[in-house]
Amino acid sequence: MHDVSTNAAHHHVAPQGFLRKNVFSVDHKVIGKQYYGLGLLAVLIGMGLSWLMRIHLVWPNFGIPGLQWLSSSGAPAGVITPEYYLQLMTMHGTLMVFFVLTNVPFAGFGNYFLPIQIGAEDMAFPRFNMMSFWVTFVGFCVLVAAFFVGDGPPLSGWTAYAPLSAIPGTGPGQATGQTLWAVSIAIFCVGQLLGSLNFITTTLDLRTKGMTLMRMPLCTWAWFITSCIGLLAFAVLLPACILLILDRVAGTSFFVPSNLVVSDQPVNHSGGSPLLWQHLFWFFGHPEVYIAILPAAGIVSHILVNSYRRPLLSHKVIIYCMVAIGFLSYMVWGHHMFLSGMNPFSALVFSFPTLIITIPATILVLIWIGSLYGSNLQINSASLFALGFISMFVSGGVSGFFLAQPSIDVYLHGTYFVVGHFHMVMGVAAIFGMFAGTYFWAPKMFGRMMNETLGKIHFWGTFVGTYCIFMPFHYLGLVGNVRRYSSFVDDFMAPLIPVHKFITIAALCTGAVQLIFLYNLIYSRFKGAPAPENPWQGTSLEWATSSPPPWDNFGGKTPVVYHDPYQYGIEGASGDFVMQNSPEQIPTAREDKKLI
Amino acid sequence: MATTVQPPPTIKLPGSGNARRVLARDSAAPSTGIWVALAAITMTFAAFTSAMIVRQGSGNDWRHFAFPIILYWNTAVLVASSVTVQMARRRFASASADVGEHSASVLRALYGTLVLGCTFVIGQYAAWHQLRAERLYLASAASSSFFYVFTVLHALHVIGGLIGLAYVISKLHRGILRLNTLTAASQYWHFMALLWVYLLLLLRTRI
Repeated sequence: MHDVSTNAAHHHVAPQGFLRKNVFSVDHKVIGKQYYGLGLLAVLIGMGLSWLMRIHLVWPNFGIPGLQWLSSSGAPAGVITPEYYLQLMTMHGTLMVFFVLTNVPFAGFGNYFLPIQIGAEDMAFPRFNMMSFWVTFVGFCVLVAAFFVGDGPPLSGWTAYAPLSAIPGTGPGQATGQTLWAVSIAIFCVGQLLGSLNFITTTLDLRTKGMTLMRMPLCTWAWFITSCIGLLAFAVLLPACILLILDRVAGTSFFVPSNLVVSDQPVNHSGGSPLLWQHLFWFFGHPEVYIAILPAAGIVSHILVNSYRRPLLSHKVIIYCMVAIGFLSYMVWGHHMFLSGMNPFSALVFSFPTLIITIPATILVLIWIGSLYGSNLQINSASLFALGFISMFVSGGVSGFFLAQPSIDVYLHGTYFVVGHFHMVMGVAAIFGMFAGTYFWAPKMFGRMMNETLGKIHFWGTFVGTYCIFMPFHYLGLVGNVRRYSSFVDDFMAPLIPVHKFITIAALCTGAVQLIFLYNLIYSRFKGAPAPENPWQGTSLEWATSSPPPWDNFGGKTPVVYHDPYQYGIEGASGDFVMQNSPEQIPTAREDKKLI
Repeated sequence: MATTVQPPPTIKLPGSGNARRVLARDSAAPSTGIWVALAAITMTFAAFTSAMIVRQGSGNDWRHFAFPIILYWNTAVLVASSVTVQMARRRFASASADVGEHSASVLRALYGTLVLGCTFVIGQYAAWHQLRAERLYLASAASSSFFYVFTVLHALHVIGGLIGLAYVISKLHRGILRLNTLTAASQYWHFMALLWVYLLLLLRTRI
């Protein structure tokens, strides 16, 4: 561990110019807020796209006012064509998975709070950190640019399966749009690799005196583990994207098979393997699920322990479970490919670790719920969303047991069951983690308290709404409603339209509820009550500095850590909590070894 | 009851919150950062390797071609550059009383590395030129595709290393070079040599 209190040669003074202070800043706090803002922009676009898809599914002939301006061929008179539906779906998935679920809980909150929680003044490589955000931003711009080129964005889905994605001319958006998609994701990978490098190095080398690895808060652990996962996962997606780009623009044949005919024209490629793309993509793709969910799990753990006012049943077991999940996440990618035609024995091999990975995930849930017993639960917006996260994680995770069985997955894979599963366990759960983090940390980030009443209304509206949207998806899947279809008017799925109408109305209402959050966030940013240094009576180091923290995080004082991160409910202590940097001796310290 | 001990000593900094310390001279961060980066690079080339193995087995269009001899000379050059950068690091680490003489010998070794690194990149370009003369392009065959992908990406990494070396040399000229920076740079450079030997063996056995 590096002791920052010694050998300080000289200092970096806070920049004064507007651009260096707010735009091209090397300050991890500014960069964290930039990631958060980018995620917010992406989620607004992504949610808008989901509205368009939901409206089209149940009112396929309805002309959405103004949509023809975005794409005259994809939405003539505002009516979405089947191809444009797939294009919207592709962009929705890509924006949400990469620029929302990866950006906010990991890069956004992680950038802001990881250095503070370990007592560091900044990331190990501040310039790389700035570069990682701006590279990500360029990737975002390249992706969004696909809306405005040629015949629009690609239609091959966020997984961009080859050979559909590897050959220009296979459909609307498969020319320039698909190339922009591949370039965007390659750029995004570079940004994430730079970010992961910073997170790992900072965690290993910049911890302050007394901050041992096991004294790090759970969210710091989650960010650290996630950065390790991301380092290896994005390092595989990047070469996959490079090969895909070469197939598209240079005429190589990595993913395009022989004797392929597209639109009655033979394709001038030979010998490539479409399965190769799937292997490379899902080797990244499954860890990506945990890149989205682990930071949220860490944030939720951090908030729950504060809300329970007692330590969780075991700090160490949570860490070990997160490490186990990260490790196992590399062994299960094949369960996304049960229908790809790979060897049935391979399906069995991938099914087994998929079931095994539920064990640490279940232990996490049991610790979160079990710790409620004997706690002094504080109900606020942050804790509600944290509890809501558990609900979503369990509800979405249970359906994963079914999908892990190859024989069941054969039936369910192409249906709405899968859509319901991953939206709940990966999408909504992670977004609940983001909301929990926002309500919990906004006072620290912006120096203003958010409105609690609006927060609770936001929670209940979102909680009920998301169940109304995604639970019926499971039912639809079980009765055979295939996914990716743009309408169900004249076929056997027509009787299911009332269910789809219910889902669409729920989606529109749930989306409208998010406006309450947006209003609350913006209003409180400027007009909220000033936040004290430690509004939630937390114990970790982010609560040991002003709100918002100064340029060097701790006002010229290097914190020294004396305790484990969650000293709540300590008998004999001066309060019901003892901060990590408090020199107060704890007579009955609740060490993990005493609890397990 | 809780008891309070003496408050810990705190280190006051100028500006009280408005100034950050730079990394300490003995910080392990540069070295850790390089190891983490090397892990990512290793994973990237491992992904390309597995892609090559899968692709070779997926079609019957794999084409073997004569390996440019200059690649072996390039290998020797890159290994030699690894030796010179290690000489620079060792000389810098064993600081002598005569700082000027010390810097000069380190500089010579670093410039030598720089020249050898540039020679390697030029040599790689010559190899590509030779293949192009034989009408073996990127898209000519899957084997040539992988050859170009591997060698070009490795060369780009070497060029990145050359930029890093130029940065190290400029720091040495200004007298602000730290051992941990030079160590990190040398670790990266050694890895580039090691990676190239691996790629050479891989390509030689597969193509």
